Amino acid sequence: MTAAKKFLVTIQAADFDVGKLQAGLLAGTAAEGAVATFTGYVRADKHAQDTRCMELEHYPGMTEKSIEGTMQLAAQRWPLLAARVVHRVGKLYPGDKIVWVGVSSAHRSAALSACDFIMDYLKAEAPLWKKEFNQQGAHWVEAKESDVTRAGRWSLKGSK
Amino acid sequence: MFRIVFFARIKEQLGCAERTLDWDKAITSVEALRAKLCDTGGDLWREALYEENVICAVNQAVVTADTRIHDNDEIAFFPPVTGG
Repeated sequence: MTAAKKFLVTIQAADFDVGKLQAGLLAGTAAEGAVATFTGYVRADKHAQDTRCMELEHYPGMTEKSIEGTMQLAAQRWPLLAARVVHRVGKLYPGDKIVWVGVSSAHRSAALSACDFIMDYLKAEAPLWKKEFNQQGAHWVEAKESDVTRAGRWSLKGSK
Repeated sequence: MFRIVFFARIKEQLGCAERTLDWDKAITSVEALRAKLCDTGGDLWREALYEENVICAVNQAVVTADTRIHDNDEIAFFPPVTGG
C-alpha cells in the first residue's frame, strides 16, 4: 500500500460495503494484528413519530480536509498502519448506514483508541449538518454539547 | 475578490449558498467582512451571521473572527456541526 492510500476519506451519497472497506485496510503482508471499525446508522427515533428521512449536507473540500486532519492526528498519536473513513451525504432513511471508520495497527490498543478518537473528532469538528424530515416538517438537528466534551477527553493531559 | 459560502441553517435563512465581494483594502478580517455583508444585507443577515455559535472558516480551516483575510480567500459561515 502506498503512503498516499494509507489515510483516506471519502464523502459520497452511495451506500458502502463494510466487508470490502475492512479488507481494504490490509496491505497483504499480515503486518496488521488488529483492525478496529465503527459503523454509524440512521436510528428511528422512538420519540419522533415517523422520522421519514434525514438529509446530510457537507462543505465540499473542507469536510475531507477536516477528517484527513483528524486521521493524521490519530496517526501521530498511535502507531497506525492504515485508516479509512467513509461518510454519506444526501437523503438517508432509518436503518441506512451513515458513516464508517476503520483503522489497522499491529496491536489492538492503538486500533481501538484511534477508531474511537477519529469518531469523536469527526462528530465534534467535521463540517456536516443533518436535517430531519418528519410529519411536523423539517428541522436542523442541534449540535450536542456532549459531542464537544467527549472529543475533549482526548486532551494530552494524562490520557493515552 | 472574496468568495463567501454559507451552509445549513444559515444558507436557508439567507436564501444564499454563495456570493462574492470585491476585494477592499478596508476589509482586513473575517469580522470586517461580516460587518460589510450585514451593512448591505440588513437585519436578516445580522440575525443569521451574528448568531451565538456561528463558526467562521478561511480557506477551509476554522478561524476566529479577528483572523486576517486576503484577496481571493474563501470565507465560510456555518452552524455547529452535526455529522457522524
